[in-house]
Amino acid sequence: MAIFVAKRLAMMLLTMVAASFLVFAVCEFTPGSVARKSLGPFATQEQVDFLTKKLRADDPLLVRYGRWAGVLLGIIPDPLQDPSTGLNFKDPRGAQYFGNFGYSTLNKLPVNDVIWNRLGNTAILAGLAFLLIVPLSIVFGILSGLKEGGVLDRLLSVICITFTSIPEFASGVFLVTLFVILWPVLPGTSPLDTEGGWSVPSQLVLPVAVLVIYDFGYVARMIRVSMIGVMEKPFIRTAVLKGMSTRQVVIGHALRNAMIAPFTVLLLQINFLISGVVVTELVFAYPGFGRLLLDASLFGDIATIEAATLITVAIAVTTQFVGDLGYMLLDPRIRLR
Amino acid sequence: MTMVAEPISTQGERASETPLLAVRDLRIEFRGKAETIVAVPKLSFEVKPGESFGLVGESGCGKSTTAMAIMGYLGATGVVAGGSIRFEGEELVNAPAHKLRAIRGRRIAMVYQDPMSALNPVKTIGAQLAEVPMLHLGASRVEALDMAAAMLKDVRLPDAGDMLKRYPHQLSGGQQQRVVIAMALLGRPSLLLLDEPTTGLDVTVESAVIDLIGELRRRYGTSLLFISHNLGLIAESCDRVGIMYSGELVEEAPTRELFGRPRHPYTQGLIDCIPDIRQGKHSRTLAAIPGNIPLPSERPRGCLFGPRCAGFRAGLCDRAGMTLEPVGERHVVRCVRWPELEVAHRELPPLSGESAAPAAEITFSDITKFYHLGYHKTLKANEAVSFEAGKAEIVALVGESGCGKSTLARIVTGLDRATSGEIRMAGENIAAIEASARPKPLLQSIQMVFQNPDSTLNPSHSAGFSIRRSLKKFGIRKGKAAIDQRMRELLEMVRLSPDFAARRPSQLSGGQKQRIAIARAFASDPSLIVADEPVSALDVSVQAAVVTLLLDIQKTRHATMLFISHDLALVRHVADKVVVMYLGKVMEKGTVEEIFGGATHPYTEALISAIRSTKPEGAERNRITLTGDTPSPVDVPRGCRFASRCHRKLGSICDREPPPIRRMSATHEIACHIPAEALESPRHPDEASDRS
Repeated sequence: MAIFVAKRLAMMLLTMVAASFLVFAVCEFTPGSVARKSLGPFATQEQVDFLTKKLRADDPLLVRYGRWAGVLLGIIPDPLQDPSTGLNFKDPRGAQYFGNFGYSTLNKLPVNDVIWNRLGNTAILAGLAFLLIVPLSIVFGILSGLKEGGVLDRLLSVICITFTSIPEFASGVFLVTLFVILWPVLPGTSPLDTEGGWSVPSQLVLPVAVLVIYDFGYVARMIRVSMIGVMEKPFIRTAVLKGMSTRQVVIGHALRNAMIAPFTVLLLQINFLISGVVVTELVFAYPGFGRLLLDASLFGDIATIEAATLITVAIAVTTQFVGDLGYMLLDPRIRLR
Repeated sequence: MTMVAEPISTQGERASETPLLAVRDLRIEFRGKAETIVAVPKLSFEVKPGESFGLVGESGCGKSTTAMAIMGYLGATGVVAGGSIRFEGEELVNAPAHKLRAIRGRRIAMVYQDPMSALNPVKTIGAQLAEVPMLHLGASRVEALDMAAAMLKDVRLPDAGDMLKRYPHQLSGGQQQRVVIAMALLGRPSLLLLDEPTTGLDVTVESAVIDLIGELRRRYGTSLLFISHNLGLIAESCDRVGIMYSGELVEEAPTRELFGRPRHPYTQGLIDCIPDIRQGKHSRTLAAIPGNIPLPSERPRGCLFGPRCAGFRAGLCDRAGMTLEPVGERHVVRCVRWPELEVAHRELPPLSGESAAPAAEITFSDITKFYHLGYHKTLKANEAVSFEAGKAEIVALVGESGCGKSTLARIVTGLDRATSGEIRMAGENIAAIEASARPKPLLQSIQMVFQNPDSTLNPSHSAGFSIRRSLKKFGIRKGKAAIDQRMRELLEMVRLSPDFAARRPSQLSGGQKQRIAIARAFASDPSLIVADEPVSALDVSVQAAVVTLLLDIQKTRHATMLFISHDLALVRHVADKVVVMYLGKVMEKGTVEEIFGGATHPYTEALISAIRSTKPEGAERNRITLTGDTPSPVDVPRGCRFASRCHRKLGSICDREPPPIRRMSATHEIACHIPAEALESPRHPDEASDRS
């Protein structure tokens, strides 16, 4: 088990290095220089050249990547915080510490001051959505997989497919039209403050609804397929011919087997909900992680992009690890040999 | 049709007994969107209290469907369209769900074909067993587990307490089937349905399971409905037998009567086409039944067996409304010509056999194959396997699953490389050359016929495609016309008409597919054919035809053949030499006469003893029942591999030291600690009857 965890951690580190380097390299091809972006459009060319030199931004890619990694690991101080750059960037944690994601040129703040707050907001949104997606998709999936092609299966399948095929921006606009304009019971934007007169919980209703509507149908379809497969297995026949009722068979024999394969799919939704909810966050002006990543990408704020990448990779690897543990719990064939 | 069950119920003392199970005029249909398939047109039979009734037939004859209809479990499309199934006087057809639930598992229980898949992989054995008493007997969880433990002891599973905590995948196939049997018996049912309960199990395990079923039946007084395609098993386990063909009962009689005096041509054919363990290679040809079982949609008028019957008379056999006619005490047959056909007992011509001592075609010396599975774990698939096959000889590799016979085939054909050792063919060592590295002439000279024809033919190519490709690749013929000509000859060789070339595998029956596979294998004019269980996936009536064909072609082509099989009766019929393997090692090798003659290795002895014969006198043999299961090839016994299961084990020496090789004759070797003289003493009671 210890070896297993160690292997997983090593894999996670390797993935992080690869992903961060890839992102770093891709950012090379975006127009505009770091110095120009940091100083703004009204700085003179001399100022830009001076900063470029100061930051050694003309060094080869690998050298600069190494420098960024050094800052992150706390080996070298962040060059942007050097007072001689004249940028006046200051991190209260100091210029050199482990986990220093650097300075966000977009927000003119240390990345660590921005990103965790946004991640927290998205976690609330994603967590609430996930809490609804799991039971809904399981119930829908199991019920429709119980009898393939039956009336219930067809009805639930139509609901699932329809919901999944409506894009988030469309359902967002639709819901806003219904509950904000025609029947104004909910706020149309969710800035997570009470200045607009709406409570924070009420601001969460519509974004969560959009995510659930978009996502649960997909997961339910996965569970349905798995359930159909399980219901055709001979051990289900054994259970039925033992004299068990349909309910006993489903709860006692089918459910756990049917959840083995979709378990991974369910966990993958966490990744989607953390980094893939840009559209929903944009529609509702939600101050979340996805929007931060989008803004940073558009601006070329490399420090923020890198930080977001590392966090996303960490979440993905962690969910995968949880998935493996879950497999072991669900399926004794993996646990015991 | 009205007189169907008359002869049974008017006879003897059983007339007063009400049947436990009475199936009357049962009609089962599968209603799809496009068509309705009549799986069982009209079926009637009875099972009396305490009786064991065998239902025999080949695949697709409707025997399993009938069992499922009794359980009320025909799936979404299956319907009982007519007739009745009465169990202890109660009607089961269209019975309400709650009534069925009260009967299932409590009064009628079932043992399934594939025990691994019949058990829930994520629940412990204990949990799955305890469900039955909790559901039907109102037992608490603790009581139910106690009952389960007691039942596991009854089915001879060691260490019941530990067994309850295990999961199905941690058990061997034989143990799983014992669990399934225990599960069925926990509700103390009065009727037990056995649907091919030992198909897929090794012969020695099968033998033990059958003995167990017989013993439990005597103890609990349970009636059995035993469904099988294996005539030998039925002959030994049942009181009465019904022979099914294409959804109909064609003959029904007490077991001894049925196998002693079979009246229906189909029954006779079935009995004749299974090789007899007591008869050697050159005794007789296997009598194949020509043709195939008709599809339910293509049933002929009148006698369903008519198109395949030698005694068919137009105008007589193709009249509708054939009935089961009484031919003797409790013996009925559905054949209008039975009085005339009765005498037509077939005298089968002996196979002309010339056996010379030919030059060696292929020589195996010390072939060893280890698979390394991580630290200090080695799967020993083959260890020091040595034997040779002469030109045009058939050498049978015999052994149960995990004995390494298929690994050996993989090494010969180059699908795998030997860890050490040599395989010499035409002077060259081919043991370490994989197929991709083999020169064309070598590839051409070794061809394989695989076990399952369904999965070895590409479903998207026509049957002729693979034959043509083989011809083209190896340059046997040049030019399209010549290739097509040769392909037609090959099809003719396997007795298929040329228009089969255009058909897809889905349009072919199992036997036809295997013929195509044989034609493909022989297309490149190989000198060595590796046949890995070539007929074990086929129906018995088709098996005989394919084996006969394979032997014919092998003989005319003078090809050497490695015949891999678990079926000793077939091996005795087919092979010149036999190599018996157990857990990767050769236990015994010799000529067929030597292996099936007096002195044998205890394992061979057990294998031979495990074979069930339909001949009544076969039942009186002393059966050797092996205990336990084959050890894992990862953790092989230190001394003799077979020591842990051997019934003639001498003592600790067998566990400590690898056995010496006893040379019984120039060609006969036995690896055993028992001295040659002691092995010599005759152990087969049935050898006495072999004189006939």
